Amino acid sequence: MKTPTRRQFLKTTSLVAGAAALGSALPFSAARAAGLTIGFIYVGPKDDYGYNQAHAEGAAAVKAMEGVTVVEEENVAETVDVQKSMESMINFDGASLLFPTSFGYFDPHILALAPKYPDVRFEHCGGLWSADKHPKNTGSYFGYIGMGQFLNGIAAGHATKSKKIGFVAAKPIPQVLLNINSFLLGARTVDPSITCQVIFTGEWSLAVKEAEATNALADQGVDVVTCHVDGPKVVMETAAGRGMYLCGYHANQSPLAPDKYLTGAEWNWANVYTGMVKTVQSGGTIPNFVRGGLAEGFIKMSPLGPAVSDAARKQFTETHDAIMKGNYAVINGPMKDNKGNVIATAGQSFVETDVALESMDYLVDGVIGSTS
Amino acid sequence: MTGADIGWWGVPLAILGGAIRVSTPFLFVSLGECLTERSGRINLGLEGTLVFGAMSGYAVAYETNSAWLGVLAAAIAGSMFGLFHGWICKLPRVNDIAIGIALMLFGMGLAFFFGKPYIQPVAPDLPAFEFGAWSSLPQMQAALKVNVLFLVGIVLAIAMAWMFRATRLGLTIRVVGDSTDSARALGINPDLVRLLATGAGGALAGVAGAYLSLYYPGSWNEGISSGQGLMAVALVIFARWNPINCFWAALMFGGAGALGPALQSVGVSQGYYLFYAAPYVLTLVVLVATSSGRGLLASAPGSLSITK
Repeated sequence: MKTPTRRQFLKTTSLVAGAAALGSALPFSAARAAGLTIGFIYVGPKDDYGYNQAHAEGAAAVKAMEGVTVVEEENVAETVDVQKSMESMINFDGASLLFPTSFGYFDPHILALAPKYPDVRFEHCGGLWSADKHPKNTGSYFGYIGMGQFLNGIAAGHATKSKKIGFVAAKPIPQVLLNINSFLLGARTVDPSITCQVIFTGEWSLAVKEAEATNALADQGVDVVTCHVDGPKVVMETAAGRGMYLCGYHANQSPLAPDKYLTGAEWNWANVYTGMVKTVQSGGTIPNFVRGGLAEGFIKMSPLGPAVSDAARKQFTETHDAIMKGNYAVINGPMKDNKGNVIATAGQSFVETDVALESMDYLVDGVIGSTS
Repeated sequence: MTGADIGWWGVPLAILGGAIRVSTPFLFVSLGECLTERSGRINLGLEGTLVFGAMSGYAVAYETNSAWLGVLAAAIAGSMFGLFHGWICKLPRVNDIAIGIALMLFGMGLAFFFGKPYIQPVAPDLPAFEFGAWSSLPQMQAALKVNVLFLVGIVLAIAMAWMFRATRLGLTIRVVGDSTDSARALGINPDLVRLLATGAGGALAGVAGAYLSLYYPGSWNEGISSGQGLMAVALVIFARWNPINCFWAALMFGGAGALGPALQSVGVSQGYYLFYAAPYVLTLVVLVATSSGRGLLASAPGSLSITK
């Protein structure tokens, strides 16, 4: 038999105490009466100019809706901590819909709690949910932000003079690899000789290392940089200080360096979250597997900056419109990875909705870097 | 910028630049801790002091639009933490290590609490000297962009070494650190000396934080410190309580930390987690190489609670 956790113990004892003496005076039962309670959990601070801020802006939009109580917790590590946070939200705040937003929360943490709380809905950002493996009360949602990095790449391809663009990445997970590959492939639509140097920092938020990585890229002659870390502020400021052009990520960072900022791939979670909450409020069920891109309003692009040339603007707009029509493919065969393995044969292409892209484990030819 | 291709030369350049850029916080915290430990007390709370210094420095710099006022504010905030630590440790039967850990958590919590509104705004940066202006290579210019605080740190290290060796003040601190009883016999108030030494050490740790938030990487967020304050405490032991050695140790840590990104940038990308461990591996190697059974901790202040 499993030893009960402190929270379960507290829950049981407080329930007993509540039934015996306090009745509905306990705060958790009061919270339960207020309609739908939704919990958001972030891995970092919710105003980090990046990933967590994008989600927190979505949560703020949900908070403004009728009949909804939002509880939030930030700086929750991808460890057993998140299980405690989720259990606390379920048991004490009465949350029935949870958005644990970080990639590492899914396996094993959400998967451990979902069977225990069948009435709670766990919506996870970025995890690869599959019907035969994972509980029905868990779901996965994500946006095709690789398309945004592809558009970033087009702006970068026009702006680079050294034909070297750079990418500061946190960890080699599929979403990050897709972003790196898309960024390069976008630039290569402008000039096939462009290469992309990637540096992995190993963690989602390591300010000094991100600054060092950006400096190392500058030292190698890279003149346009983007990133996939939780808070892009350090990368953007360091890169602007070294005279590089910037492509943003997660949120709009153009206020940090308006004349160097080309464009950026941004999340639009407000749209996604309010949509999901409306579905639940009207008695419906959120699909287990939710995906969307530019066309569905899951992602958006930052307005083009003053450094973007007319030619770049034209190609950017044309490609943007083509992506809006759907079924756009970034990876078109024949294509090899940067170790020489074939990833797409002639005529084969992976459109943005292809789930195969979500288990990407390679860097395409032209990316300088390694996944391990 | 001109895209001069320097290939592998980027690695030594990055280590040089990284040593200068990354070492400053290590240098200030370790000098502060060196001073405190020389007086016979350990302040493990410097990580919290550093984070609070980073926050208060950034906040004040943003509100007043002056980076130097930010540094001043960080120093004052840091000395408050140091004095607080020193004051509590004056009370009978208080363990300075436990208080240090409590203050570390307290400082970080307080910094996160007050720092919320300052994550987004952009504060002015500290100025830097362009020592690389003679070179036509942008890489060299970037590597030799030296912040004023780094130079202040060098001067401070030399001054502190001189102070310990040749001045009455240095002697007083050393006496207190080596033997509380002798200090009392000489008519010195050990508690007062330790209080002031801990306060000054805290001020230096606060300045280290201000360097992080106001120069490199140059913004305030909750992940700004990656344990510099804690590592610097170990660095002092590693430097054998010698301020000049603290400087070399800080440089070495900074340079080793730059190795990982620099190697990836020239295409050595396999096993980058291993390169990121370089500073720690280096510390272990040097520690093993420089210790001997007999000479171990010989230069440690006698009244330090780890040697008692």
